[in-house]
Amino acid sequence: MAAASAETTVDAALDWPLAIYTTLKSYNVKQVCYVPDAGHSRLINLSHDDPAIQTTVLTTEEEGIALCAGAWLGGDRSVLLMQSSGVGNCINMLSLMNACRLPLLTIVTMRGEWAEFNPWQIPMGTATPAALELMGVTLLRIETPDEVAEVISAAATLAYDGDQQIAVLISQRMLGRKKWVEAK
Amino acid sequence: MTTTFGTMDRRAAVKGLLVDRKNLLVVSGLGSPSYDVFAAGDHDANFYLWGAMGGAAMVGLGLALAQRTRPVLVLTGDGEALMGLGALLTTAVKKPANLTIGVLDNGHFGETGMQLSHSGLGSRLDIIARGAGFSDVTEIADLTHVEAFRPHLHDLSRGPRFARIKIAPGNPERALPPRDGTYVKNRLRQHLGFAVT
Repeated sequence: MAAASAETTVDAALDWPLAIYTTLKSYNVKQVCYVPDAGHSRLINLSHDDPAIQTTVLTTEEEGIALCAGAWLGGDRSVLLMQSSGVGNCINMLSLMNACRLPLLTIVTMRGEWAEFNPWQIPMGTATPAALELMGVTLLRIETPDEVAEVISAAATLAYDGDQQIAVLISQRMLGRKKWVEAK
Repeated sequence: MTTTFGTMDRRAAVKGLLVDRKNLLVVSGLGSPSYDVFAAGDHDANFYLWGAMGGAAMVGLGLALAQRTRPVLVLTGDGEALMGLGALLTTAVKKPANLTIGVLDNGHFGETGMQLSHSGLGSRLDIIARGAGFSDVTEIADLTHVEAFRPHLHDLSRGPRFARIKIAPGNPERALPPRDGTYVKNRLRQHLGFAVT
């Protein structure tokens, strides 16, 4: 039984992107846009495979802010996926959401905060929470896979029903260390 | 590199595109394009940007993806388009058939003192759009061509389209649309049948 329990835990850890996807579906999210991140790759694939979701790859993250604005104007709920290095690109475009009281749900995979190998990731990773808060975005955080569904659900309600701009930060500790050298 | 500026009056061009607009949804870029669209006649189906420079095309893309049975027109300026050139790539590869991006190109940053823009210095937005992946690229230089282009705005099956609309430099008298973005948002959503809750 102990082994089975451990296996379940492992599966939950692997399947947290599925938990995000399922929760977004339960909120009738119709558009997903992203600048790719390894941490989001499974969710991006799930989104592309879903004919009921319009999935849009962006050249830079602020495009996604404006896309989410347009989607809401047209009646669609949307979500923007990015990694923390893209947050700085969004700063002025967040004015649009604030000025028009437009909902925003963005899910941000964190870099530069836990066992980071690349010093270039650290400045924006460190500044990410304060940068978002400066622009009026409310932060929620996911530290462990078992809290994914609950946090995404709370974020979706705050965004789509509360007309708030919400960023869910997924901790780098949960995403795991990036492998820089393939194991032989 | 020599650049010739357009001669067309911007207000006449925009009015010509929006006459008999039927169920067209319009997103306007900050500055003169928002004034032009408002001057052509305020409408519940207009969404005027007063900021978010570089975002007009993407707002149009999100709207077009959500409203596939409505034609969507983004009208913006060369400066605004230049700040968000990546949006041309994103739009071209997403291929929203109901979206047209029209750039009112006078080669200048009109709102800030008529400094020359990259377009005015020789960069070609129509060629950039083609390189981004737009197969339907039009250059419009006079009102006859505006009239000929207008029916294409309402075609829901062959977009996305890109139009470089060559207009004369110069700022007509400002015509100021509402600056309350929440009001304009709710007005558009109500027009589309979404209750304001």
